[in-house]
Amino acid sequence: MKFRNTEHRETIVLQMTPMIDIVFQLLVFFVFTFKIVLPEGDFDIRMPPASASQASPPSENPLLMVRLQADDRGELAGVWLNDSVLDPPAPFYQLQAQIRGLIDDAGGPGATDQEVEIEADYNLRYRYAIQAITAISGYVDSDGKQHSLVERVRFAPLIEK
Amino acid sequence: MRIRPRGSSPRVEADLTPMIDMTFQLIAFFMLVINFSEVEQDQRVQLPASELAKPPAAPYEQPFTIHLTRSEHYIFAGSELTELAQLRSALLREAQIIKRHTSKQLADVTIIIRGDKNAPTGQVQEIIQICQALEFEKFALRGKQSDVPTLSPIP
Repeated sequence: MKFRNTEHRETIVLQMTPMIDIVFQLLVFFVFTFKIVLPEGDFDIRMPPASASQASPPSENPLLMVRLQADDRGELAGVWLNDSVLDPPAPFYQLQAQIRGLIDDAGGPGATDQEVEIEADYNLRYRYAIQAITAISGYVDSDGKQHSLVERVRFAPLIEK
Repeated sequence: MRIRPRGSSPRVEADLTPMIDMTFQLIAFFMLVINFSEVEQDQRVQLPASELAKPPAAPYEQPFTIHLTRSEHYIFAGSELTELAQLRSALLREAQIIKRHTSKQLADVTIIIRGDKNAPTGQVQEIIQICQALEFEKFALRGKQSDVPTLSPIP
């Protein structure tokens, strides 16, 4: 019996070049369209015009007023909850603690119809306003779980500069 | 002179397998992270951080996004506006389009406000006021999500 000489068997060469071309094209496309999206979140506030808000039924709880005062450079100068001043080192932390004391958050989110109005100076930097809204609207406990406090937050009508 | 026959020269072949492996990995990565949705982020605005800023449970239905930059300019519908009156007329135009051509109520349209962390709060309130005057009611103040508490006393 005669065996075919294995040395002369044809080797099949896979053409890699077109595939690599396309793969690089794809790679370049995805690299250029790549955009880093930072995680963002919202604070939802519903602020009907002044005339409509007067018509809404009054809440059982008295309106809480948070006053934010700014210095000349727009930095935070003082925080008041109703008429009591909150101490400077961490006023928003105290604000959160006081609001937690006022509102029994055991009832779960949305259990309160308490409303908070924020009155801020015109030139106050916006990050302090967001900190105040954070302090009012909820807190994160040690387990990393979010609890909400007051959901009805609004801004006081703007005072002339 | 003796010429070596061409056919018998040893062929040098690079091993392409690891490179193709890596390239496919990269393509798979970029394909997964690609985001075709229209991102309304703008580099001119640095958002204030908050641990409670949560992404909306459901995407808003055709929201309007107003940016307020550090240089106290407004960005609306892709154009930078310097005056509040310009923003007002741009919003008025949009509000009229909604009123005439859709069945939606203006009170159900969400206005997303992306204010820079150092912008004056009063300007954000001005934006809210002109929106209220045009019968918009729902606002979303946008913040950057933070993993660390932003209110606690500094350790």
